[in-house]
Amino acid sequence: MSEPKQSALGGHLRENGMLLALVAIVVLFSILVSAQGKPMFLQAPNITNIFLQNGHVIILALGMLLIIVSGHIDLSVGSVAAFTGAVAAWLTVDLDLPVPVVIVLTLIVGGAIGAAQGYWVAFWRIPSFIVTLAGMMVFRGATMLMLGGQNIGPFPKAFQAMSSGFIPDPTGLMKPHGLTLIITALAIGAVIWIGVRARARDAEFGVTPEPAGLFWGRTAVIAAATAFVGYQLASFRGLPNVLIVLTVLIVLYAFFTENTVQGRRIYATGGNEKAAKLSGIRTERLVFFCFVNMGVLAALAGMMVTARLNSATPKAGTGFELDAIAAVFIGGAAMAGGSGKIVGVVIGALIMGVMNMGMSILGVGIDYQQMIKGLVLLAAVIFDVYNKNK
Amino acid sequence: MSTLLEMREISMVFPGVKALDRVSLTVEAGEIHAICGENGAGKSTLMKVLSGVYPHGSFDGEIIYDGQPLRNRRIHDSEEKGIIIIHQELALIPLLSIAENLFMGNEVASKGVISWPLAFQKTGALLRRVGLNEPPSAVVGKLGVGKQQLIEIAKALSKNVRLLILDEPTAALQEADADRLLDLMLELKAQGVTQIMISHKLNEISRVADRITVIRDGAAVSTLTKAEISEDRIIRDMVGRDMAHRYPERESHPGEVLFEVDGWSCWHPEQTGRQMIKNVSMTIRKGEIVGIAGLMGTGRTELAMSIFGRSYGKGHQGSVRMHGKPVDVSTVSKAIAAGISYVTEDRKALGLILDEPILRNISLANLAGIATRSILDKRREAQVAEGYRKQLAIRTPGVQQKVVNLSGGNQQKVVLSKWLFTDPALLILDEPTRGIDVGAKFEIYTIMKELAEQGRGILMISSEMPELLGMCDRIYVMNEGRIVGELTRGEASQEKIMALIVKDVGRVA
Repeated sequence: MSEPKQSALGGHLRENGMLLALVAIVVLFSILVSAQGKPMFLQAPNITNIFLQNGHVIILALGMLLIIVSGHIDLSVGSVAAFTGAVAAWLTVDLDLPVPVVIVLTLIVGGAIGAAQGYWVAFWRIPSFIVTLAGMMVFRGATMLMLGGQNIGPFPKAFQAMSSGFIPDPTGLMKPHGLTLIITALAIGAVIWIGVRARARDAEFGVTPEPAGLFWGRTAVIAAATAFVGYQLASFRGLPNVLIVLTVLIVLYAFFTENTVQGRRIYATGGNEKAAKLSGIRTERLVFFCFVNMGVLAALAGMMVTARLNSATPKAGTGFELDAIAAVFIGGAAMAGGSGKIVGVVIGALIMGVMNMGMSILGVGIDYQQMIKGLVLLAAVIFDVYNKNK
Repeated sequence: MSTLLEMREISMVFPGVKALDRVSLTVEAGEIHAICGENGAGKSTLMKVLSGVYPHGSFDGEIIYDGQPLRNRRIHDSEEKGIIIIHQELALIPLLSIAENLFMGNEVASKGVISWPLAFQKTGALLRRVGLNEPPSAVVGKLGVGKQQLIEIAKALSKNVRLLILDEPTAALQEADADRLLDLMLELKAQGVTQIMISHKLNEISRVADRITVIRDGAAVSTLTKAEISEDRIIRDMVGRDMAHRYPERESHPGEVLFEVDGWSCWHPEQTGRQMIKNVSMTIRKGEIVGIAGLMGTGRTELAMSIFGRSYGKGHQGSVRMHGKPVDVSTVSKAIAAGISYVTEDRKALGLILDEPILRNISLANLAGIATRSILDKRREAQVAEGYRKQLAIRTPGVQQKVVNLSGGNQQKVVLSKWLFTDPALLILDEPTRGIDVGAKFEIYTIMKELAEQGRGILMISSEMPELLGMCDRIYVMNEGRIVGELTRGEASQEKIMALIVKDVGRVA
């Protein structure tokens, strides 16, 4: 009997393809934007804005990945973000509480909302689609009720700093921003170190490592991109606070999903819940946890958006759930659960963000933007299915 | 009496298995013909050939029905000629009404629009014929299994049935329901409906059947008339074969008592009042391989799963002791902690995460064993998997291979590795060699032998009697949720096991 062989690209095909797509999209927009005679696409303010304007999508997508990996879906995150944004506004503007207290209280509210939905999904086995569809309506209504149809704002500077602030520069260089350059250099070092270590480990475990040329080529692209982005940001206003928060969260969630017992169990739950149960895993608790976690992240995203707009509005967060879900599926997660990676999700969210910005600069109407984004999502998933069936 | 059906020399080969070997069967018009045989003897395959589940051309031989050659391309063809099969697992849709179910796929409609008044009227007439006093609008899922069985028969009548095939019709029924069903069968016979009934229950067979054909290992052994039917004769015909497989030589030296279960009972999770496990007690010693024999559906898997963290049933009663001390087995993780492992019968649906690599499947039940303070050590995970790959000879290019790509035997070794990594004192193996080829079977037997030699206890559930006889020190015989006998290696034989089951069936009736 012949046993199948592992292909040389193996599990790396998907991520490499994603990264390539992201690079191709950036290059495409650079060409199109300069063809229109507009200022360079990849200039510092645009790069800064990609993170400021899409930070919430990445944050929501991190939580959504866990939900989808566990075999569920959460349609309520947009409404929950709007509601928690309104809560934060009420606590700050009406009650005049200090910003750190507001942040903690709002995150707790988000977690409680997640728990309320997760309870029905996990322990009563009500389909998550239905529970969170209900949540989507309920919390949209609650937002309107809370705001009384009006916007609440403006916010104190300390609250706004969450989304529009930049890190200080203790080096005193300011132009370019010294601390930003130092962090960029550290980040590049970390990317190379982690890559080399993972490769060494692959070899040790008997996995056919990806070809050296491919590995170093990819690492060079990532390092160059990081250096470029870092330098551009340094020459503008430095690293945005949002990017620091994002980086910390991405590293944390990547570690949690890949290197912890509970993370592994979430994948097992989505991969085959019955087998996971018979292996002694309490799958209900894990699903419940995923929803609580999603609520907390939705609250964080809600505060960031509220801070950026400098007001809580009844219409905030509309469509966020779809952006987050799209990012997760573009990032390679399976609808049935059990698979998907944080790295893929982040690249998926960046692809969406770059497209949003690029098309806006080009003056593409919102009508075409929606259609193009929809087709990109479909193409990404078809690419997955095609590769799997091949 | 004229011949309605003649199946001539039917042979059917599945990859690696000869399921039917020149089976001939003759059914006279107006008779009830019983078919008897062990699990896997080929009864169901033969009926699937007849009903067109396996189309003409996929088997050898000829079917003559009503004087004409029968060449089914699909099930619909045989149904058109009045051959209707009622499977053991009922094919009703629980959320729909009786009327909707009766005419499913055969709706009372003109130009695609259903006439409900007419459908309800016809349903009423059919329900009266089978003696079921329920309104046509009743939702099927709310009715008991006995009534559902009657609906299946009404559905067959609605299709102008001439030859009705019933696959273990009373297996899931309570006594009173079973009685009613047998009466109905006799009534239908009086109305001229020819019937084939697959059954193990000799008392039922002798009550309703006119003739009986015994099938063994895919071949028809004998056809007996009512006058010739005797228990001994049927048992001998059902099991009379040589040991076909080989087993590793093993000398057993059972040690002290390892595992005891006392007065264990549990009930069906959905059907209230249906007791699935009835006051079961058993013991297993260290280094002992103990078997559970019994026909399918007698509660062997339910017994194992209910002990393993109450994974089956509700209302559990009874106690479990390991090494003489009472243990709590109320959740799977507690059962694992108590030293119990359960290797499931359905490894693809319940045992493995098919899309994940071998090493992740092996570590799944004991992630703590590869983690320090909840953080996984992937190097250790790979080393553990690599160790089992060598120890159990899992044939794969590497432990990163997805499990879905492995053969059945190698998948089973991955499941065994998973449970061995929890270091169990007792392994419950549910049909450990189902669906794997002969060579791999021998490897699994050898692994079992080695595990017993390490002092572990093994409880083996199997529908293959030769396997139980070849491997076990002791065999418990189970029927209808009860232990009906216990045989030592010296006294056990297929005849004795079958006799215990058949006599118990007779006792119940």
